[in-house]
Amino acid sequence: MSASTFDPSTDTGPSTAGDRTEANRHARRRRSFGVIGRYLLLLFVLLISVGPFLWQISTSLKGPGENIFAFPPDFIPREPTFDNYVTVMQSLPLGTYLANSSYVALVVVVGNCLFGAMAGYALARMRFRGRDSLFAMMIATLVIPFEVIMISVFLVARDLNLINTLTGAALPIAVTVLSIFIMRQGFVSLHPELEEAARVDGTNEWQLFWNVALPSARGSLAVVAIFSFMTAWDDFLWPLIILRDPSQFTLTVGLVFLDGQFSADQRLIAAGTIIAIVPVLLLFIALQRQFFRGVGQAAVKG
Amino acid sequence: MIGRRWYTPWLFLAPSLVLLGVFMWWPVLNTSVLAFTDTHTLRGGGFVGLDNFRTLLQDSFFWNALGNSALFTVLVTPALMVLPLLLAILVSAKLKGMTFFRVVFFSPVVASMVVAALIWGWLLRSDGLLNFVLERLHLINEPVRWLSDPSLVMISVALVTTWKGLGYYMVIYIAGLQNIPEDLYEAAAIDGAGPLRRFWSITVPLIRPTMLLVGTLVTLNAIKVFTEAFVLTGGGPNRASETLVLYIYQRGFSGLELGYSSAMSLVLFLVVLGLTLLSQAATRRRANP
Repeated sequence: MSASTFDPSTDTGPSTAGDRTEANRHARRRRSFGVIGRYLLLLFVLLISVGPFLWQISTSLKGPGENIFAFPPDFIPREPTFDNYVTVMQSLPLGTYLANSSYVALVVVVGNCLFGAMAGYALARMRFRGRDSLFAMMIATLVIPFEVIMISVFLVARDLNLINTLTGAALPIAVTVLSIFIMRQGFVSLHPELEEAARVDGTNEWQLFWNVALPSARGSLAVVAIFSFMTAWDDFLWPLIILRDPSQFTLTVGLVFLDGQFSADQRLIAAGTIIAIVPVLLLFIALQRQFFRGVGQAAVKG
Repeated sequence: MIGRRWYTPWLFLAPSLVLLGVFMWWPVLNTSVLAFTDTHTLRGGGFVGLDNFRTLLQDSFFWNALGNSALFTVLVTPALMVLPLLLAILVSAKLKGMTFFRVVFFSPVVASMVVAALIWGWLLRSDGLLNFVLERLHLINEPVRWLSDPSLVMISVALVTTWKGLGYYMVIYIAGLQNIPEDLYEAAAIDGAGPLRRFWSITVPLIRPTMLLVGTLVTLNAIKVFTEAFVLTGGGPNRASETLVLYIYQRGFSGLELGYSSAMSLVLFLVVLGLTLLSQAATRRRANP
């Protein structure tokens, strides 16, 4: 990378030939050092962010005859092979784990979007007795973390025969106060007369919600969808508590199980983690703008 | 409003109220009751008054776990309040490739915590890559026992959390930085203020509300740390990284002592509540000085 690639004059606007005094050249040189310094820092952070992933990929591609503890370590595998990926898919139901995680994520995303939107709509655009105290109660319980109530949630799940089921893994986060809150904010900011025109035509309340209000709150809906997806995909403690049978494991629980099983062979664990990352990484790259906006919004509101 | 019955709003609310009621509000009430019983998974239990809390005061493992969670919070909070801000400033420059860097820096966030902990467990071994790199840079002379030295293990756990959280809080800071008017910097530059001066006199005071928000989020997440410690060390060596939630989990689901672990959960709740009130007080003081 050379300094000339990043011409510092581009961000200071056009300069006339008359400016090119000695002092000006000096300032420009200093600024271009600043630019190089910035890129060096960025590359340093890049190495910290991506390095651990790359090392994991490198380990996962090393053949059985290779010493993965070699000193100095081999960054590039000497006998690159995909065997570890094949082994880990065959000996462990990693495909099942992926399917299980996807099912939980689907239930959680649909639940939060649909139920969260319905509740948010009622709280934002309908007037009824007890609305404000209900909303206050929801906000008050926002401070109670799941970790505090997990013992009692477990007892509820046991009474409902949900132990060792994927539905049981999904239901406690199938609608969250945060989702209702974000959807409510989305509906509150809509124009007050939005429904009036449609209402004259005799549409009922559900059609108003579904056909008129919901399409206008698409932005909030996207935030809720991404957030609940990340929550579900990342969830570990609750699935660890409720799922007992390896055939029911989600990806996070399954990977830790894998870590226990194959603690002798780091190559297989590495392959398993890479398989686990790829789908969610692809999703993020496809929807990066929505991800960034979602983090900003949820943080400000939560 | 036209054509609506009194129960229409409640129909819209019903699914959420049922789910929240069954999986949140009822468990909240039940936790507060269980904490005063000696309920056991297999044999039930009865009311025992404050016995659980008396036991808890004597339970050195409980204090150890509370201490570990507190230490973790103290380590992670400043790191995740400051480093993401510096990153956000770095990627907010009007230079080429900033979107690329933002996306890359965010990528650890989308990996799940379990994956992050497994990746770092491999890096942090005594014979792992991190020690090799540090030795090559002559920063250390002999391998550091990141995960097996009781005095270092919480730092290692905090390191993983920080690595995974950097990109998340960076995005919050980027949004905060965008609210600072550009002309403030231009005016200061004309007055001859250098980059460092501009950072201290403009960025820091104006980003403080965002820092407070980030600090609150980090603290409230840190105090309930579980996954990192569970996956990296399982709480070891010798309980040196056993956090409060990890200990609640052990006693509740391995020890089956639901009453006793509910009592500890109640303590965790009081800590969370205290931290929440503290952060609200700080926010209010900033709002009206």
